[in-house]
Amino acid sequence: MKKSQKKLRKSTVNNLINYAIVAAFYLVVTVMIQTGSATRHMKSMLVPICVAVILAVSLNLVIGFLGELSLGHAAFMSIGAYTGGLLSKFIANQFPQIPVAVRFPVSLLAGGILGAVFGALVCLVVLRLKGDYLAIVTLAFGEILRSIVINLEFTGGAAGLKGVPQDASFTYGIILVFITLFVIQNLVKSKHGRAIQALRDNTIAATSVGVNATRYKLIVFSLSAFFAGVAGVLYSHNYSILTAGTFDYNYSIEILVMVVLGGIGSIRGSVIAGALIVMLPEMLRSLQDYRMLIYAIVLIVMMIFTSNDTIKMYMAKYNPVNFVKNSMTAKKSQKEEN
Amino acid sequence: MLKVENINVYYGQIHAIKDVSFEVHEGEIVSLIGANGAGKSTILKTISGLLRSKTGHITFKGEDISKTEAYKLVPKGLAHVPEGRRIFLQMTVKENLEMGAYTKGENMAEDIESVYNHFPRLRERQNQIAGTLSGGEQQMLAMGRAMMSHPDLLILDEPSMGLAPILVQGIFDIIKEFHKMGTTILLVEQNAEMALSIADRAYVLESGRVVLTGTGEELKASDQIKKAYLGGN
Repeated sequence: MKKSQKKLRKSTVNNLINYAIVAAFYLVVTVMIQTGSATRHMKSMLVPICVAVILAVSLNLVIGFLGELSLGHAAFMSIGAYTGGLLSKFIANQFPQIPVAVRFPVSLLAGGILGAVFGALVCLVVLRLKGDYLAIVTLAFGEILRSIVINLEFTGGAAGLKGVPQDASFTYGIILVFITLFVIQNLVKSKHGRAIQALRDNTIAATSVGVNATRYKLIVFSLSAFFAGVAGVLYSHNYSILTAGTFDYNYSIEILVMVVLGGIGSIRGSVIAGALIVMLPEMLRSLQDYRMLIYAIVLIVMMIFTSNDTIKMYMAKYNPVNFVKNSMTAKKSQKEEN
Repeated sequence: MLKVENINVYYGQIHAIKDVSFEVHEGEIVSLIGANGAGKSTILKTISGLLRSKTGHITFKGEDISKTEAYKLVPKGLAHVPEGRRIFLQMTVKENLEMGAYTKGENMAEDIESVYNHFPRLRERQNQIAGTLSGGEQQMLAMGRAMMSHPDLLILDEPSMGLAPILVQGIFDIIKEFHKMGTTILLVEQNAEMALSIADRAYVLESGRVVLTGTGEELKASDQIKKAYLGGN
């Protein structure tokens, strides 16, 4: 066997580290809950963290890898939230004998699929648009959808949808985060992922080597919307009431903030930033009135820091993957010198 | 091999290409020359499916490709090196070349090796991010990438654009090498002298029309061409 085959590719190592981060987070939190050191407040943040991570990672697929700006991620999430919520409510009322372990996954799948369908529809509409124009259309789509949901009867209208069974749990959330990471990381690594990134770098050049732009745009938009839908289902099964107002453009922007903060095109960044954005307002709770002000300032400072090339280089030096690699090559060259 | 018949292309109200017809036979190097705005790139975009002609036909190896989508042409054996060195800036040199074999995906290592033999500079820089290459190296990469699909017809859109004269010579030498390997070449150039010196035949475009045609030698000797493009008397 050749040595190159044994050695893991750098991207594989990076992906494994992402799984390890999520697993470690799960273990630490579980231990804290078991030993009773987790506050009620902390526990209430766990599912929202998973929701945010799924949203950020799936939006990063569109922004970071396809290179298009979508401002309608919260809308796809709301499709999942309402689809899953209504379906679970229906099953719980009509077929109470069906266990949660069946009901919830069915709702997750339904929410994801309907999200994907809408993702594909929006993509077909905006196929010829790029950049700012595409962003505005996705923004408008979100606002239209929100008004429709408020004015429909079966969604509970402006008062919101009540009585969705609270099936979501931290364990479900973490499993879904794993699935999201698994699917998106493997897609990005594959030949198809390369084609998607080629489209981002240069659409004309990508077409000139035979990449079908329409097909990949559709795949990316529907897959991203699928996971947004799944995140929505998780969200709706975590709260007792679901209101359409939650999924406005501010929420889409918040997801965008997570992606930008974590680094466009960095999946690990999205995971960490997603969790951070959920926890930050809670961590700042003791500041009371100044909470949102400090939150904004922290965001600005973090943006400046994460976009600074010098700091990035410094961070890259201590990136665990590079660190191991560098110290290995250093040792090697030392040996050679001797 | 490639036959363009009576195409008319419009940009909105602007009639950019007027009744253009030309042919490229197997094994030839054919040049389209003309000043800025003559319609050279528009014709290439129409052939490669990025623009559509209102009339006429474009046939490639006997098959009508007038309505074929751009990405479907590569598997048919037509590779296009677009104007302005359109490479994948955020990928490495090697990844760019791998993208060239996107529709094929076999014997990749061999093909990459053959590209490196033509362009030793690319081998030196194979793990470098393509965006950090110099202009000449980017042009080499774009051409190498197109060769990865083993095209029967290679379309080159202004390969000499923005390059120093010594690099231009190098690029044209490579074009000749590709031609010797059996690739038919359609070359669009502003650098009329260079283009005519390697072309078997050439077409001269002016404001969207073919105004002159002949062998490379003939056109190079023609007074009209000398006045308009070569700057001599």
